[in-house]
Amino acid sequence: MKKISFLLNGESRAIYVAANETLLEVLRDRMGTKSPKCGCDSGDCGACTVMLNNKTVRSCLVFAIETDGQEIITLEGISKNGLSPLQKMFLERNVFQCGYCAPGMILSATELINNNPHPTLHEIKEAIAGNLCRCTGYTPVVEAILEITKQEV
Amino acid sequence: MDAYKYIGQPVVKVDGKEKVSGAALFTDDLEFGPDLLYAEVVEGPHAHAMINSINISDALKVPEVLAVVTGKDFPYNFGLYMNDRYIFAQDRVRFFGEQIAAVIARTPQAAIKGAQLVKVNYTPLPKVLSPLDAIKEDAEILHPDLKNYVHVPWFFPKADTNIAHHRKIRKGEVDKGFEEADYILEDTYEVPRYSHCAIEYHAAVAKYDHSGRLTVWASSQSPNTQRNLFAKALAPLGIRHNDIRVIAPHVGGGFGSKAGVTMEIMAAAIAIKVQGHPVKMIWNREREFYNTYQRLGVVAKLKIGVKKNGTITALKHDLYWDAGAYVEYAANVVNAVGLSAIGPYNIKNVSIDSYCIYTNLPPGGPYRGFGYSEFLFGLESHMSRIAKHLGIDDVEIRRKNMIREGDLTAYGAHMNPNGLLEAIDKVAKEIQWNTKIKSTDPDLAIGKGFALFWKAPAMPPNASSSCFLKFNEDASINLLVSGMDIGQGFLTVMAQIAAEVLSVPTSKIRTENPDTDRNPYEWQTVASHVTWSCGNAVKNAAIDARDQIFSLVARSKFLPVESLYLEDEKVKCRTQPTFELALKDFIINGIQMNDGTYRGGPVIGRGIFMPEFSSTNADPETSQGGHPNVHYTVGAAAVTLEIDKQTGKMKVLKVVEAIDVGKAINPDLVKGQIIGGLLQGISTVLYEEMKFDHRGKMLNPNFTDYKIPTALDIPEEIVPIIIEVPQPDGPFGARGMGEHPMIPVAPMIANAIDDALDIRIKSMPITAEKLCLEILKSNK
Repeated sequence: MKKISFLLNGESRAIYVAANETLLEVLRDRMGTKSPKCGCDSGDCGACTVMLNNKTVRSCLVFAIETDGQEIITLEGISKNGLSPLQKMFLERNVFQCGYCAPGMILSATELINNNPHPTLHEIKEAIAGNLCRCTGYTPVVEAILEITKQEV
Repeated sequence: MDAYKYIGQPVVKVDGKEKVSGAALFTDDLEFGPDLLYAEVVEGPHAHAMINSINISDALKVPEVLAVVTGKDFPYNFGLYMNDRYIFAQDRVRFFGEQIAAVIARTPQAAIKGAQLVKVNYTPLPKVLSPLDAIKEDAEILHPDLKNYVHVPWFFPKADTNIAHHRKIRKGEVDKGFEEADYILEDTYEVPRYSHCAIEYHAAVAKYDHSGRLTVWASSQSPNTQRNLFAKALAPLGIRHNDIRVIAPHVGGGFGSKAGVTMEIMAAAIAIKVQGHPVKMIWNREREFYNTYQRLGVVAKLKIGVKKNGTITALKHDLYWDAGAYVEYAANVVNAVGLSAIGPYNIKNVSIDSYCIYTNLPPGGPYRGFGYSEFLFGLESHMSRIAKHLGIDDVEIRRKNMIREGDLTAYGAHMNPNGLLEAIDKVAKEIQWNTKIKSTDPDLAIGKGFALFWKAPAMPPNASSSCFLKFNEDASINLLVSGMDIGQGFLTVMAQIAAEVLSVPTSKIRTENPDTDRNPYEWQTVASHVTWSCGNAVKNAAIDARDQIFSLVARSKFLPVESLYLEDEKVKCRTQPTFELALKDFIINGIQMNDGTYRGGPVIGRGIFMPEFSSTNADPETSQGGHPNVHYTVGAAAVTLEIDKQTGKMKVLKVVEAIDVGKAINPDLVKGQIIGGLLQGISTVLYEEMKFDHRGKMLNPNFTDYKIPTALDIPEEIVPIIIEVPQPDGPFGARGMGEHPMIPVAPMIANAIDDALDIRIKSMPITAEKLCLEILKSNK
């Protein structure tokens, strides 16, 4: 076990971790941060997406021990100061159905908008192509992102 | 037009904020404290084998392992429609990966280690991996006890065979009908199995406390049905319905996979062996594929006779279903298709034989569409082929034969009011059916395909819904129902119905997923029936509350009941325009009279709904005489498909789908179902394919090898069209539509391929690889 510390949603946290514990396990089971979900445990589905130093990663593919001294943001961190304009757009347009993919999807879309405020349709599709959703057919997600990135022109 | 304030509005989902903020908790997100135990199952490595012995002694020696349970601990069978399943395998395993035992430990790691040390001795048996093999005379019999299984009265198992149910329709004179035909087309279509692929795994946590109370938290479409089946299966242990409490948190996708009972019953049962501890059982992605329900495969032999003008004279449809190792739910898929495999057509002479066949593959079960996608692939392919042969337009032949209100279904009941013709016309117009598109790129071919669809809820004739509606002091409402919001927006729609009747905005109505202790009964959230069925219960509860309100105001304010109405959370009076009384001023604490006394008390509405006209009593040889289906939802769809002739790769340029929903209570959510369902349908045609090896083992149980679409695979344009021909017994005219969007997709695409390339594909999936090989074969 090794002691690591990181900034989780703006709060300093410290914990002893084993070398084989994934970031997803640590966030969910030991930090109480439940928005990252497990949908495949092999990097295919994107439900466990979190931001590590402002870049999205699959937390099921990252060992917690690698995150010592780094910054992690989950959907809880995005929501804690009220819903972002993107979240509000998703809400108002009734985009999500079961909502299981939503935390990962929203983080991927947030990363896109942070880096590229006015993406093309193809760039939007590419940005969320790593987040599987079985309910929405993606079109409502893509249209909502397109709408919000148009608005901010 | 209707003067509704909440019905027909794109109201924001009542659980929307939870879901976009990350607050929504799913079963595996719940905390159960430091005493939580974990269970791991031991799986059989044979598709069919006798279990000679199970040795658990090494597993029990693993530190932190508390218990190992096997079939001997629970020698009880169970099932939704037929009791052919076991909590753990008894004397034999019938599919590769079937659960034999569970190891319960303090940590998941210890449970897994223990499971690896359970030693099972088997004698392999001959296995049957296809339905046509399973009905051969000398086929190995999977369920020698079939004749003893308890089942619903509308199933007809054939003892000492692998046929668990045979639904038979005989209507008119089918031989004569074929004699009258100018052209007969006969062919076989094959549809393989598919997986639901909800992104959330199945998960269940159960606790049997020291007072004898069994609580189960489960990701479920069917909390009441789960409680019922748990209680029936575990009755020998002294467990009764009121000892069991099923709590259903948010569900991360269902599509049928979380209906009925699958792995949850293991959690419920094993908790009894570790009394006092909560125990968690959670599936992984692999098990999601091979040990939950799968969509059934089918081999469908279809024969249709027509006159030269396109009028259908007879239909014969023989469907051989690969229903898997246990068919307690799947047999009703087979039954539903047996009743409806004429499709949305008016056909006088009909013969249908739908066979539910045991195979040594994972249990088949409910999957969005409940068998209709499967039979429509053949039927709607056939219709286009016949049109082509006769030189009649695809759309025209469908208009000519389509079923209309009052026409007789295959089982002799009258068709409900519907907007099928309007759907056909609107789809044909939107897809510009009569305009041929040609690509400027010689490597690309473009075709259009059309398909009709229909589907009825498949459920017992007495499936019912209920609702409690209680007011709070500020006239906000808690609406208690037991349907599940599995993403379709059920709870929002229920809130809209109550809001409309009571004039209370949906933002003041709290309605959440249920707890069987607190919420009233619902059969299951399946069959696209909860908007209709539970919607009626909610409407009845709201009317009950409204009646109480009016009665109270009438007797305490001395106003005629019939003059009262609700508006903006106030009681108003038609004959005294100045009178108004806010609900919040009396809804809990009553109305004070001049003498200081009060009248009234908390207003609590109660509503139930059961379709009392439904019956499965019918002649088993013909299926004539009953009224097994409450109504059909119909529609039409069309696609413009681009095909790369060099690679077989297909791109959906445009897809149009019209559904007659009766009344779109929330059009945003209806469109969401159409768009999402279409992609799920497209996925079953273009991408998804289950691979089994010669042992019956699934080879691709993961998202790397079993492909579902990403955002890069979506159609370029989707046009959802809502048709509203009211359902007479639906709440505000609504009928269900959740499953329907995906069911016409396969034939629609097959028809578009034929239109583009003159190549007819008769088996699913239609992957780029398969199409490319067909193109090479045809030299086109």
